[in-house]
Amino acid sequence: MATTTLEPRAGTYRRSWVLDWLTTVDHKKIGILYIANSFLFFFAAGILALVIRTELAVPGMQFLDQATYNQAFTMHGTIMLFLFIIPALSGFGNYIVPLQLGAPDMAFPRINALSFWLLPLGGILIFSGYLFGGAAAEGWTGYSPLTSDQYSPGVGTDLWIIGLTLVGMASILGAVNFIATIFKMRAPGMTLFRMPIFVWTVIVTAVLILLATPVLAAGLIALFIDRNYGGSFFDPSVGGNPVLWQHIFWFFGHPEVYIVILPAMGVVSEILPVFSRKPLFGYKAFVFATIAIGLLSWSVWAHHMFTTGSVFLPFFSFMTALIAIPTGIKMFNWLATLWRGKLMLTTPMLFALGFISMFLIGGISGVMLASPPIDFHLQDTYFVVAHLHYVFFGGSVFGVFAATYYWFPKMTGRKLNEPLGKVHFWIHFIGFNLAFFPMHQLGLSGMPRRVADYSPDAGWTILNVASTIGAFMIAVSVIPLLINVVATFINGEPAGNDPWEGNTLEWATTSPPPPYNFDSLPPIHSERPLFFLTHGHGHAAARPEDLEEDPGDDVERRDGLV
Amino acid sequence: MQAHPAGEHAAQVAIAHGGSGMPTALVGMLLFIASEVMFFAGLFATYFNARATSPGEWGPPAGAHELDLPLAAVLTAILVASSFTMQFGVWAIRRGDIGKLRLWTAITLGLGVLFLSGQLYDYSVLGFGIGDGVFGTVFYTLTGFHGAHVFGGVVGLTIVLARAWRGQFSARNHVAVEAVSMYWHFVDVVWIGVFSVIYLLR
Repeated sequence: MATTTLEPRAGTYRRSWVLDWLTTVDHKKIGILYIANSFLFFFAAGILALVIRTELAVPGMQFLDQATYNQAFTMHGTIMLFLFIIPALSGFGNYIVPLQLGAPDMAFPRINALSFWLLPLGGILIFSGYLFGGAAAEGWTGYSPLTSDQYSPGVGTDLWIIGLTLVGMASILGAVNFIATIFKMRAPGMTLFRMPIFVWTVIVTAVLILLATPVLAAGLIALFIDRNYGGSFFDPSVGGNPVLWQHIFWFFGHPEVYIVILPAMGVVSEILPVFSRKPLFGYKAFVFATIAIGLLSWSVWAHHMFTTGSVFLPFFSFMTALIAIPTGIKMFNWLATLWRGKLMLTTPMLFALGFISMFLIGGISGVMLASPPIDFHLQDTYFVVAHLHYVFFGGSVFGVFAATYYWFPKMTGRKLNEPLGKVHFWIHFIGFNLAFFPMHQLGLSGMPRRVADYSPDAGWTILNVASTIGAFMIAVSVIPLLINVVATFINGEPAGNDPWEGNTLEWATTSPPPPYNFDSLPPIHSERPLFFLTHGHGHAAARPEDLEEDPGDDVERRDGLV
Repeated sequence: MQAHPAGEHAAQVAIAHGGSGMPTALVGMLLFIASEVMFFAGLFATYFNARATSPGEWGPPAGAHELDLPLAAVLTAILVASSFTMQFGVWAIRRGDIGKLRLWTAITLGLGVLFLSGQLYDYSVLGFGIGDGVFGTVFYTLTGFHGAHVFGGVVGLTIVLARAWRGQFSARNHVAVEAVSMYWHFVDVVWIGVFSVIYLLR
């Protein structure tokens, strides 16, 4: 991989590859560590999902007791969100953002390594509750008073708090790094409005992480003080307020939803133009829509709390519905990009198209839930579970897989096998819909979330069986992916620098790139510098006078360096 | 492309890209401070929420001492003064005067330690604890986390002082001094907020 192909100038001294990976501060290796770590936690939390679905397949308690079931769905949600989706997208951000900016690394490489290594530590702490009398069992939202020392005396909840705080710290440091990198490390000529769209989504995400995660940290610390030092933040018997936890959690939690989805939107917006052979339709509209989603995300948290009776329903309902506008703009960006494009249905493209269609369903059910009369009916039912899985799984995770197939050639120098990728996609896509679409109907007919059992007379059995079959299909779909990755490492098709004829700078260097990323950079006159380098003739942005004006500047600066 | 060691090459390109405007380290510190502001915003939110929802009189639990306003006012004056002394140090090193930087940093460090000692003394005589009702909880959490941040600043100042003593700063190269001073000012401003909210807005 990266180290072997570039041996002649890869470093001044040799060391074992284990030590090399443990101590690396190279953003590409850290990015790969992020992604590998995320997939390990994805498999762990996925096994928990199978445990949950097996228990729910038919009425009656199958093989779990209530307490174990509670731990399973709590760990599933916490790990999937905080240790799979967010870090996986951060991992691609880590690998790709400096390359797309034409930078040699992140702004703070050692802080970058720290923010990665806090993740496995936090994840292990969260999971280690299982070794000390049971993991946290209050759901990933940790609602008070379920988390009080009275109702959750076990140490599992404390480990959950500490682990999440460490993971949050990792996110904050990562966000500082991303923003500083994007503001300070862009290549000459790359103005803000020439940045690739993925970089735009990453910087808006980083701002959300930077400002939302510390609020969660404050809440977690308050909870820890309540549980361990006799504090009473959330204890109403001595003047505290349990609903305060919901405010704090969702003040973080709703921006967090966009933290999870925006980079995946960025991935899709990189992939659609490449495989439609067109530029992204409405680049600036997309940028402003991304910023608008980021801004609106601060004013919608209480839509998770309509039924508490302590929030002003019209305001939060209205603001939530407003988010449909920038999101709708993005939908039109994507559809218009596809319109009359020369579509190439490669695996990354399939996952990107899957993202658009599944996220659309999740978005529509989100607007439904934004309406208080509907929300009062559907609060804490399986409809909410269906909605959040269409957004997180149908949206973000499809984005993660799209990114995996799209950037794997850059990271390894080899292309993943296309037929196997398509098998993965179709089993995954059908399994996903079989698993989660029935949950809409289950929720509408009143099945509550977070229950281990239900009555055989409720009429929910058939849909639950279908959902469980779908969950196992998703699990099976991972097998072709694993085979594909192993087979590609052994005998994959060499990718070359630019296997997809991409638009952005990461394709301008070798696959995998050298430790310092670029020997030289093409001139940057647009958000598609590489496209204009390879197909430049006749395009406005590559006019000869532009090329004459800039080389003086660009070449002179780089001559001293290379 | 001659054979440059990779690290050297990377560093040179980084300088070429980020060479203008505010140093990258200061951008990082400003962003970190922004996240810290949101952390304290969360803690302040818990304070206001507790104040709004807790029944009965707002203040230390019955039987405990009232808060020591004069002591807190003196501590406030100490911390605000330390912000000025820190800034004098920054201005000194911008002129290249490392002797004055050492002096002002040492004074700032002393004031910071004085503030922490005063706060610990205050804690020792208050007569109520973090578990004594919601006022005790929010009081100790807010002032305690602020104190922890002052301690962080004191650690930073110690490092700056040690490096100044070894002559590692100059008019051109003193980004660590600027970063620690930014953080110290932030800690000071947070204390003004804590003092106003807990002691003055009772």
